[in-house]
Amino acid sequence: MEVELRGITKRFGELVANSSVDLKIRSGEVLGLLGENGAGKSTMMNILSGLYRPDEGEILIDGKPVSFRGPGDGIAAGIGMVHQHFMLVPVFTVAENVVLGVEPTGPLDYLDLAKARQQVRAINDEYGLQVDPDALVEDLPVGIQQRVEILKVLFRSAEVLIFDEPTAVLTPQEVTEFFKIVRSLKAAGKALVFITHKLHEIHEVADRISVLRAGKIVGEGVPRQTSDQELAEMMVGRPVTFQVDKADFSPGETLLDVRNLTVLREDDSVDVDNVSFSIRSGEIVGIAGVQGNGQTALEDALTGLRRVASGVVTFAGRDVTNVSARELHKMGFAHVPEDRQRSGMIADFTIAENMVLNTYYAPPFSRGIVMDWKTVNETSARNAAAFDVRTQSIFDHAGNLSGGNQQKMIVARELSHDTKILIASQPTRGLDVGSIEYIHKRIVAARDEGDAVLIISSELDEILALSDRILVMFKGRIVAEFGAGTRPASKNEIGLAMAGAAA
Amino acid sequence: MSEARNPDTVSAQLLRRAAPARADFEDLVIVPVLAVIAALALGALIMLATGVSLPTIGRSFAALFIGSVGSLNAVSETLTSAAPLTLAGLGIALGFRAGLFNIGAEGQVIVGGLAAAIVGFSFSGLPAAIHLPLALAAGALVGALWAAIAGWLRASTGAHEVITTIMLNLIAVKLLDYMLRMPWVQREGRADPISKSVLPSAELPRLFDWIDPTLRVHAGIAVVLLAVLFVWWLLFRSTVGFEFRAAGLNPDAARYAGMRSGLIIVLVMALAGALAGLAGANQLLGVLGRASPNFSGGVGFDAIAVALLGRSHPVGVLLAGLLFGALQAGGRQMQVSAGVSLDLIAIIQALIIIFIAAPILMRAVFSFAFHKPTGR
Amino acid sequence: MAVTDTSPAAAGSARRRQTLVTGWLLLALSLFVAFVFALPVEGNASFRLAFPGDAFTVSNLVVPAAPYAWVVAAVLAFFGVRQFLPGAARWSGLLLGIGLLLVVTAFLTWATAGKSFSLTGMLQATIVRAVPIALGGLAGVLSERVAVVNIAIEGMLLAGAFTGAVVGSLLGGPGGLIAAVLVGGAFGLLLAALVVTYRVDQIIAGVAINLLVLGLTSYVSSQVLTQYRSLNNAPVFKAINIPYLSDLPVIGPVLFQHNIFVYGALIMVAIATYYLFYTASGLRARAVGEHPEAADTLGINVYRLRYINVTLGGMAAGFGGAWFTLGSVGRFDENMTNGRGFIGLAAMIFGRWHPVGALMAALVFGFADSLQQKLAILRTPIPAEFLAMAPYIATIVLVAGLVGRARMPAADGKPYIKE
Repeated sequence: MEVELRGITKRFGELVANSSVDLKIRSGEVLGLLGENGAGKSTMMNILSGLYRPDEGEILIDGKPVSFRGPGDGIAAGIGMVHQHFMLVPVFTVAENVVLGVEPTGPLDYLDLAKARQQVRAINDEYGLQVDPDALVEDLPVGIQQRVEILKVLFRSAEVLIFDEPTAVLTPQEVTEFFKIVRSLKAAGKALVFITHKLHEIHEVADRISVLRAGKIVGEGVPRQTSDQELAEMMVGRPVTFQVDKADFSPGETLLDVRNLTVLREDDSVDVDNVSFSIRSGEIVGIAGVQGNGQTALEDALTGLRRVASGVVTFAGRDVTNVSARELHKMGFAHVPEDRQRSGMIADFTIAENMVLNTYYAPPFSRGIVMDWKTVNETSARNAAAFDVRTQSIFDHAGNLSGGNQQKMIVARELSHDTKILIASQPTRGLDVGSIEYIHKRIVAARDEGDAVLIISSELDEILALSDRILVMFKGRIVAEFGAGTRPASKNEIGLAMAGAAA
Repeated sequence: MSEARNPDTVSAQLLRRAAPARADFEDLVIVPVLAVIAALALGALIMLATGVSLPTIGRSFAALFIGSVGSLNAVSETLTSAAPLTLAGLGIALGFRAGLFNIGAEGQVIVGGLAAAIVGFSFSGLPAAIHLPLALAAGALVGALWAAIAGWLRASTGAHEVITTIMLNLIAVKLLDYMLRMPWVQREGRADPISKSVLPSAELPRLFDWIDPTLRVHAGIAVVLLAVLFVWWLLFRSTVGFEFRAAGLNPDAARYAGMRSGLIIVLVMALAGALAGLAGANQLLGVLGRASPNFSGGVGFDAIAVALLGRSHPVGVLLAGLLFGALQAGGRQMQVSAGVSLDLIAIIQALIIIFIAAPILMRAVFSFAFHKPTGR
Repeated sequence: MAVTDTSPAAAGSARRRQTLVTGWLLLALSLFVAFVFALPVEGNASFRLAFPGDAFTVSNLVVPAAPYAWVVAAVLAFFGVRQFLPGAARWSGLLLGIGLLLVVTAFLTWATAGKSFSLTGMLQATIVRAVPIALGGLAGVLSERVAVVNIAIEGMLLAGAFTGAVVGSLLGGPGGLIAAVLVGGAFGLLLAALVVTYRVDQIIAGVAINLLVLGLTSYVSSQVLTQYRSLNNAPVFKAINIPYLSDLPVIGPVLFQHNIFVYGALIMVAIATYYLFYTASGLRARAVGEHPEAADTLGINVYRLRYINVTLGGMAAGFGGAWFTLGSVGRFDENMTNGRGFIGLAAMIFGRWHPVGALMAALVFGFADSLQQKLAILRTPIPAEFLAMAPYIATIVLVAGLVGRARMPAADGKPYIKE
């Protein structure tokens, strides 16, 4: 089977998400689609799977033009999408999720779950997926949940499978398993599209590479032959360095000291398990690890947003265990949270209001309970200018800013007061390269000024570029330490540690 | 990176306010106006459907107009009806701003009014300068406590305030019935449930009875204006209001910013309840003079419409309250001179809520009044 | 709706706190029963179990009041102490439920001491009173399972009552009933349209529909019905005695001598349960309620399913509303539903968003309602108004999670906007 996109164009208002895209997908082949965030990859795949309708151009299957009016049509044509954010109903079983929409039924619309289970087991066996049909999806680990998504598309006899950033949430171990499944699907004659922005994975699994930038196909690559440098340049449009300029490493005294920190979940299971580490002034410590190994709990515990069950956190000699977020902020804590839209800003507030989100209650922004809007506005304007927040006016709603500018606004807020320690989690997730470079610059600047910096990121490249020392978290524990005298950082070893196979 | 930008000039540029967008104007003015027009039109159709003749419909609308603004007496009636609606509406609007649905205004009006009445008839010999504020304060305080129950439940257990306030409404009604049978509340010599009369020292005095003794408008108007100013200042000029609005728009971010959301929830509900309680006190001390079953007359629910029509902004709520007061005053006239039941006004008010809350519907039906939005 | 804000770690001990609260509550109840129902009481409580004219006669159930109360107090104390021992969390909800039931029986025995009281009569009244609440709860379940909050149940009930009375006066009972179901469905359709197509906030839409129905019915009632009284004089459905089963002692009159509304409600609950949990359409509906985006990507029409389910719920509510007139008094009075729709909402929550659960909860509320009436006859020292408040207080206690948090469909309350 061959699927072709010819001259596909899609606009959202004034934004052109896809512009005259030509693409061919063939059976038994893995096409790697490379592009940075915002390049238009997801839009294109949503058109292919029928979720969006193109404004211009056509889709051809085996040479014949087809038109999709909804996701049902895409599925019916044999095109199956495995989404980046899983589309699974948590309280349903695997079997129920797989058959949803194409359920086997008996008389009076009776839902034949026995048959569904049988069919799921059959696919399990054929492709080596090994998923229990009666398990509740919400109880399954992320890697297995992804397999349920794969089961879903295979159940609908998909011949073309599109994977949107499939390895974003997998451990290196799970990634290896995933590539095995990809190969077995390829061997079975399926056509596969692999959307990612991770260069090293493309080389491993793709047969052909197409690079998307600003909605256009700008180049092709050959796996294992075209260099990462060339590919990155195609993705971004200009030469890219992966290095970040850092001043020499000369740390001062210990600022943050964490001893035996334990944080529990709602059901009293352990989220952070007896963690100890310290950060010195002028040092960047990076916490590597696949999301879901306790990093969020650690971040929340250190910033006063979550209760510490046991252990001690000391800052500049003072015991700050379970101190409130506001008190920590007054002591010089800066916090760039993991989910900026949810926790870091209020979309319907103006930029000015967001700039004083955690400082409004004291002078100079207020006296007693009266707000001093003049000072707020002037300070916000100065901060926005200083931190390159691109906007028309500080009275715009923050929700209208691009992701990069929102993050710059948050960084501006956090770093514009007298900080002693910066805790940043997934600081450049979903951002364009320009913003990524800027924020990295700012983080390093904070470190060079003597701040202690803690970076939590699931992007290993970011951790390696920025950190002076690297700690690896796995299942709530620190399982390895690298760099700055202990052990030189090697991606391989770090990856092993992230998967729990620490030496 | 990009070309060097002088931070000072950039910063000065950023301080410019964008002109209010056409979309905002549409939202704040055009949609409410169209909603009222559409509701009145549908009201006329309903009259037609129930066999009211065309001339009578004409007389009804004329009566609506005359009864609300057509004479000094009419204006007085409008203001008198508008006062409790505005006060309760302010409370509900405050709740909306903080992300809370205070459907319990009716119950808060009841308990607040009852408390004001009890204080009003229990202390004889007090000068008015003490008795009146005391009675008003009692109404506000009890209303605040009643609402704070729901607030506290929401803050500590996550119980949704829609359910708890609805239940508290129903409990308040029963509580009123019970209290009206109590010997120390019930009027002497009466078997029906009616309370003792409020003493003159606790009454809200009529303002213009020296012009015409039938003018009912009373000093509660002053309370309303003060309340409007207070809520405006609170929401937009105080740190407390900043926290309310933040918690209402994004409670996760509010927590991150160190705001204590539990405290905010209880405080907002208490303030909203205080305003609704004041509305009840206003009715008792300025108009009714004594408590009886169902004295609140649904003002707590009508106030929801007022808050929505006023876009949860204090000035908007004041204007919306005046409009609804006009509808009620005019409606009474309509009932008298055209013989059409006052319940028609309730229908119109419900329709206004629906049309206000469905801007998309208004845009679809009245497309000539709106700019086409850019988009897909 | 704003998100609840209890910080995650604090909620971990919520279950422990819940168990402790239950324990203290049970102990307090035990003391209460001992001091109020056991100590000061003398005499026997005589519960009449038969009606005159029954096929079989059953003698009265005579219970010695004080000893029974002591037994209940002892059992409560035992349950209470159990809460403080390890491993109590699993059973605390169940034990509390049983404990409350025992308190109620002790209360009844105490109130009836030295007098006689028709137990069967009260049980019969319980089932009858539960009908509108159960149907209101069912309407809520059908709607909320597709993630549409339905505050408008009260309005739909009232609309059904009104239509039943007016059309019933014109076309007779069955005609009125069908019309009531259709009108209820129409308001369900309105709610769906407002919420799904015009993206009105679900709670506001519900409140608005309630006000609209109240206004419409009151207006037409005072404008038209007072003049044309023949339009407000509907026949009432008579009880249908199921042959043989209705002659059984005790169970017969309680379960098998009702009118079409009771049987209809039971049938509707059964059908709804089968639909939601045993059919493919029901699976899709529930998927829409839990994760509408997932359903959408699988080609399921989220909008259409919401329309269908909310309208079906409206029809159930229309049927339940007709009970007020065609099943009870035959004439419409303004605002005659008087909050019953909100109790139906509470029954839905009590019943954990399951049709059978809502039915069980409705029976509990119906029991409280009929208890309140009978106790007025018995002239107990507790004022009738406070007894009337009991279901509302119970709902608050439940919603506050003091006796267990129920889990609503995940997408409840949020509009779904297709990209």
